[in-house]
Amino acid sequence: MAYTAQDFKKGQPRWCPGCGDHFFLASLHKAMAEIGVEPWNTAVISGIGCSSRLPHYMATYGMNTIHGRAAAIATGCKVANPNLTVWQVSGDGDGLAIGGNHFIHANRRNINLNMILLNNRIYGLTKGQYSPTSPRGFVSKSSPYGTVEDPFRPAELCFGARGHFFARAVATDAPGTVEILKAAYNHKGAAVCEILQNCVIFNNGTHDAVYSKEGRAKNAIYVQHGKPLIFGENNEFGLMQEGFGLKVVKIGENGITEKDILVHDAHCEDNTLQLKLALMGNGDGFPVALGVIRDVDAPTYDDCVTAQIEEVKTQKKYHNFAELLETNDIWEVK
Amino acid sequence: MAEKLEMKELAEVAVRFSGDSGDGMQLAGNIFSTVSATVGNSISTFPDYPADIRAPQGSLTGVSGFQVHIGAEMVYTPGDKCDVLVAMNAAALKTQYKFAKPGAAIIIDTDAFGAADLKKAAFASEDYLGEMGIDPDRVIACPITQMVKDCLADSGMDVKAMLKCRNMFALGLVCWLFDRDLNIAFNFLKEKFAKKPGVAEANIKVIQAGYDYGHNTHSSVANVYRIETKNKVPGRYMDITGNKATAYGFIAAAEKAGLKLYLGSYPITPATDVLHELSKHKSLGVTTVQCEDEIAGCASAVGASFAGALGVTSTSGPGICLKSEAMNLAVIMELPLVVLDVQRGGPATGLPTKSEQTDLLQALFGRNGESPMPVIAATSPTDCFDAAYSAAKMALEHMTPVILMTDAYVANGSAAFKLPNLADYPAINPPYVPEELKGSWAPYLRNPETGVRYWAVPGREGFQHILGGLEKDNKTGAISTDPENHNLMTHLRQEKIDKIQVPDLEVLGDKDDADLLIVGFGGTYGHLHAAMDELRAQGKKVALAHFKFINPLPKNTAEVLKKYPKVVVAEQNMGQLAGWLRMKVDNFVPEQFNQVKGQPFAVAELVEAFNAIINK
Repeated sequence: MAYTAQDFKKGQPRWCPGCGDHFFLASLHKAMAEIGVEPWNTAVISGIGCSSRLPHYMATYGMNTIHGRAAAIATGCKVANPNLTVWQVSGDGDGLAIGGNHFIHANRRNINLNMILLNNRIYGLTKGQYSPTSPRGFVSKSSPYGTVEDPFRPAELCFGARGHFFARAVATDAPGTVEILKAAYNHKGAAVCEILQNCVIFNNGTHDAVYSKEGRAKNAIYVQHGKPLIFGENNEFGLMQEGFGLKVVKIGENGITEKDILVHDAHCEDNTLQLKLALMGNGDGFPVALGVIRDVDAPTYDDCVTAQIEEVKTQKKYHNFAELLETNDIWEVK
Repeated sequence: MAEKLEMKELAEVAVRFSGDSGDGMQLAGNIFSTVSATVGNSISTFPDYPADIRAPQGSLTGVSGFQVHIGAEMVYTPGDKCDVLVAMNAAALKTQYKFAKPGAAIIIDTDAFGAADLKKAAFASEDYLGEMGIDPDRVIACPITQMVKDCLADSGMDVKAMLKCRNMFALGLVCWLFDRDLNIAFNFLKEKFAKKPGVAEANIKVIQAGYDYGHNTHSSVANVYRIETKNKVPGRYMDITGNKATAYGFIAAAEKAGLKLYLGSYPITPATDVLHELSKHKSLGVTTVQCEDEIAGCASAVGASFAGALGVTSTSGPGICLKSEAMNLAVIMELPLVVLDVQRGGPATGLPTKSEQTDLLQALFGRNGESPMPVIAATSPTDCFDAAYSAAKMALEHMTPVILMTDAYVANGSAAFKLPNLADYPAINPPYVPEELKGSWAPYLRNPETGVRYWAVPGREGFQHILGGLEKDNKTGAISTDPENHNLMTHLRQEKIDKIQVPDLEVLGDKDDADLLIVGFGGTYGHLHAAMDELRAQGKKVALAHFKFINPLPKNTAEVLKKYPKVVVAEQNMGQLAGWLRMKVDNFVPEQFNQVKGQPFAVAELVEAFNAIINK
């Protein structure tokens, strides 16, 4: 059966007008329709925070749980019922601060979850404190003189936890978002999608450089597996390796042709260059990488759990409780 | 040496096997209890492990003990102190003698009392018996190590392998002392080592040698003993610890309910054996996830329940602290969940390997908001099976998290377990949403009689819904901050728990005319029962009412508690059950006996304290 976005929609979102979550929600509905998994075989599980309200606007099964635990709850849900397609939705506070432990372990175990990280670099629901993705020196209600700590870079955390999938999109970029959501679904294993998303009230403009189509044309690069890493309003720039790092080059200058440009390999097991792509930032004179940065096959935890159960079933001779009892040292009193 | 050997009949006897952690005291104790149980004696056992992870051989901290209590009639505890102490080395004698009754027979391996052994055990001289104040006439001093080597000289085994059989020599001696049928022990070993017949044969040879040694020398004791069997309950039995029985109860309940069993857990003493046990049984489809922390253990179990499994999480008190937010999520989402708390000494890390009942109020109240949750406390190692089954049934049928409390004593102790027949256990029927409600159903629609909401498991078309930690409208299931609705939902959640039917409180002993009613809960049942028996043997009028179902309380609670002139609530905490009962029963002011030592009650101390109350 073919679905439309409407089949996944429910209720009226209560986010602030202009909030990035509105854009993301629309893309998620669209992506789910295109993916085509039935709403009743889909579960959307969030923690707490503005973005964690999202399951209430889904016509699927869902849970809006407790702060930070969405990945752990989604883990149990997926392992107990591997037939469900499970989407876990968290903000940067829910996913990387209070829920940081579950984020890394879900990645390490490679649970087949689609893990959405809505990153607005601020705590919105509690009205404006810095988050673990706020840049050093960030001024907020809880850091009136600026923070004195470095932020997490989500890709680095994902890769450090041996994550096998990382993609990034800007909330306002519907095609880009839908594309990575579908890629996350198609990837078997933990699939982290970082969504750059604006908080109009408490951190307005945090992703300005890439929030508009024009901005992305200048300041972002869409990475595609097997394609050269070219960007710019007229595709005039490219990325090349230099020493241990990357450099931006202009095609046609200094004898550089398109053939010299680094070709993206999302399937490369070694994540070194993928990490370099993921960490590029405008402040360093690099474009922000969007799209599927890493997508490497690996055995999923839930598949392995199921396979191990099936294997042990063939090895052991007891398959119900009565037979289990008989495996013990038994004596008879007459 | 005794001149003449008499056969003396005993009602009960406690034997403590002790030695180095590697000396196989567990196995010797297990075989002895099995041999005794097979002839129909009642048994209760308790292992006492060293706290050190791997203490040096022969050291005081490396001593491991295993106490077996056998009786002609029901025994309820492993016994305060033992009648026979087996000490396989100097350190064992030094640390374990305090568990021996005055006049107890002591069996020692004199080969393990050399100068180096005595030094490791901090004896000052070679007169170790004198230092301990032990009468040499009570000691069966036998060169066990040498005799085992001699016995196995022709076996072709190396010395290290031979020495692993020392425990069997001691076991043979004890079997002689208690006139046990060695064939039962032989059969046990043949089955246990079915794949290593050589090992079985060597062990059997050494047991026989130990037995013969006792028989030929009459050792230094005046009697051999016989424990007759009365009130045999015919049937097939196995030895089971509380933790294993708990795991079996979950497996049985999941099978009865036709659900997958999911355990989310994080290792913690003394609950870890439940994780170990359930992890073994993948051929039954049991799924266990060793999570990144206690929080994830509980949270993932909630996720598993949402997905349609029986979600269970196992832990001890410190883990409950961490799980409480996710437990509360299950309260407000009204999903089934069983939370196992194997209590240990607290607060904080406390006494990890020791036993207390100090988590009761935490179980009842340790969460934010109005958060009613059923609480069940297992009363013995074998009762852990029934308690776990009841907890799972209650969680699934009433759509609620349930706390199952055991403790280190019950969890590690063992007893003979009559093999249950699952067909005899009540059906488990979760309230799945009826198909005809499609279109009109909402998540908090309730069965008007039980107050239980219906369960729609993901995968069912037409019942998609959102649950969550925010308060919901009682009709639509949408988020609601309406004051009247919150008040209503708070009442509905409480009423749902209050309506759960639990068995009436049973009164044992002099239930019509007791001068003193003893009240307890959970793992102290055996000790309180033994204390009651002792007091009644002294001619006192005493009864016992022991709580297994703590929330909701049995309907006849007030009636029972108000019936007797004196009531004492005895518990291993500062009065938590007494406080709960006083909250629930008007004008109930009991006497209290509170002891928080990390050790099981001593029956003798209970008897003394209860006598003082009777005589007051």
